[in-house]
Amino acid sequence: MASVSDAPVADAARGFELFGVGHSYGDRVVLSDIDLHLTEHRIGVVGANGSGKSTLARLLNGLVLPSAGRVLVDGLETRSDGRAVRRRVGFVFQDPDAQIVHPTVAEDVAYGLVNQGVPAAERVARVGEVLERYGLAGHADHPAHLLSGGQKQLLAIAGVLVMRPARIVFDEPTTLLDLINTRRIRQVIDELDQQAVVVTHHLDLLADFDRVLVIDSGRVVADGPPSSSLAAYRRLMDDR
Amino acid sequence: MTLALYVPRATVVHRAPPGLKLLALSLTGVLVFAVPTLPVAAGALVAVLAVGLFVAQLPLGLFGRQARTLVWWLVALMALHLVTTDPETGAVAVLRLLALVLAAAVVTATTRVTEMVSVVEWLCAPLRLVGIRPARVGLVIAMALRFVPVLAERADAIREAQAARGGRVRGLRATATMVVPLLVSVLRMADTVGEALDARGADDVPARSSWRRRTGGPSS
Repeated sequence: MASVSDAPVADAARGFELFGVGHSYGDRVVLSDIDLHLTEHRIGVVGANGSGKSTLARLLNGLVLPSAGRVLVDGLETRSDGRAVRRRVGFVFQDPDAQIVHPTVAEDVAYGLVNQGVPAAERVARVGEVLERYGLAGHADHPAHLLSGGQKQLLAIAGVLVMRPARIVFDEPTTLLDLINTRRIRQVIDELDQQAVVVTHHLDLLADFDRVLVIDSGRVVADGPPSSSLAAYRRLMDDR
Repeated sequence: MTLALYVPRATVVHRAPPGLKLLALSLTGVLVFAVPTLPVAAGALVAVLAVGLFVAQLPLGLFGRQARTLVWWLVALMALHLVTTDPETGAVAVLRLLALVLAAAVVTATTRVTEMVSVVEWLCAPLRLVGIRPARVGLVIAMALRFVPVLAERADAIREAQAARGGRVRGLRATATMVVPLLVSVLRMADTVGEALDARGADDVPARSSWRRRTGGPSS
């Protein structure tokens, strides 16, 4: 593991920067010519199924590397500083079952801290704190698979937040949830101190956001405040 | 399906190092087989129950459930001995099997999965010499425990979907038609799980020298 002095230096003011980014899976082009600078506190991403928005989300923390162009997070390039980028950018997946990797709740939350080499006493404190915050303290030693869908998504978010990332990307975090749990996740996102990029089909979630991107056929076709971007997205879908 | 059997309590047994508990379990096994007498087998069973119920404060029902899963094996074992040896030898065999299964249940119910996995990692430490990372072995074991019930749920969902469309729900044919969609579902999930491991810093795993350092959950 690299020592602190070896770690690349991040500039927290820079946010996400994408320069001429494109991505292909084999011959299939999913994103092309994306130039973005994302510094706002709350950013939404909408688009039809297969539009490329999930790939865009994955590019933001280096889970996917661009086929063309560069992605920088706080000045760190995802291609060369992948680990440092992933430490700065948490990622919440659509299906929490795929994100929870340990059998019990507290053990799963602790997983990322173990990977970061956080001392045991601090781990216990941080895990307890985040479980309390999300109403999971009573489930600390329960098997994760026995939680409800909403609790699983909260657990997945807790597992990310306990690592204290500077920014968080959510990939359709409410798609599998009912209305009550969708509201709960919305509240959780609202309360975050970190910058959040939220990919979603739930347009209500984005009403108070600072900026919304509309992705279509691998390109950004609208970019602005929620009122104008969501109106553009609705027109786009109506024309189909 | 419940694979995680940990019962949170603040007892000396829960706090004991997992390696010590596994050593005690192994020594109990050696003792009851090395000294195959009725007092030793019965004494081991009484000691296990005493430790489990009064020291570890585990619920009686936990032992009842474990014993129930064994009951037909115990009956068969006793019957076999009645035919081939004598009642005392049969009683010894039955009591020591019961004592060992319940002792294992005490260890499982008082030890978190990560603690157990850390012992495995510690035991696997020599594998570093051949390029295998013990932390990865531990992670594989923890993930196996985590994903068995998830896969069972997915298999149930596929079975229900097929039944809803008039498909068979039992038998070899039903199983065969379930295999492909289940495999596709598992492979898709495996992709995401791989990404999730990356996102949560699986590549950052620091070197560990002791299983004690691994325990992650809050103390109960």
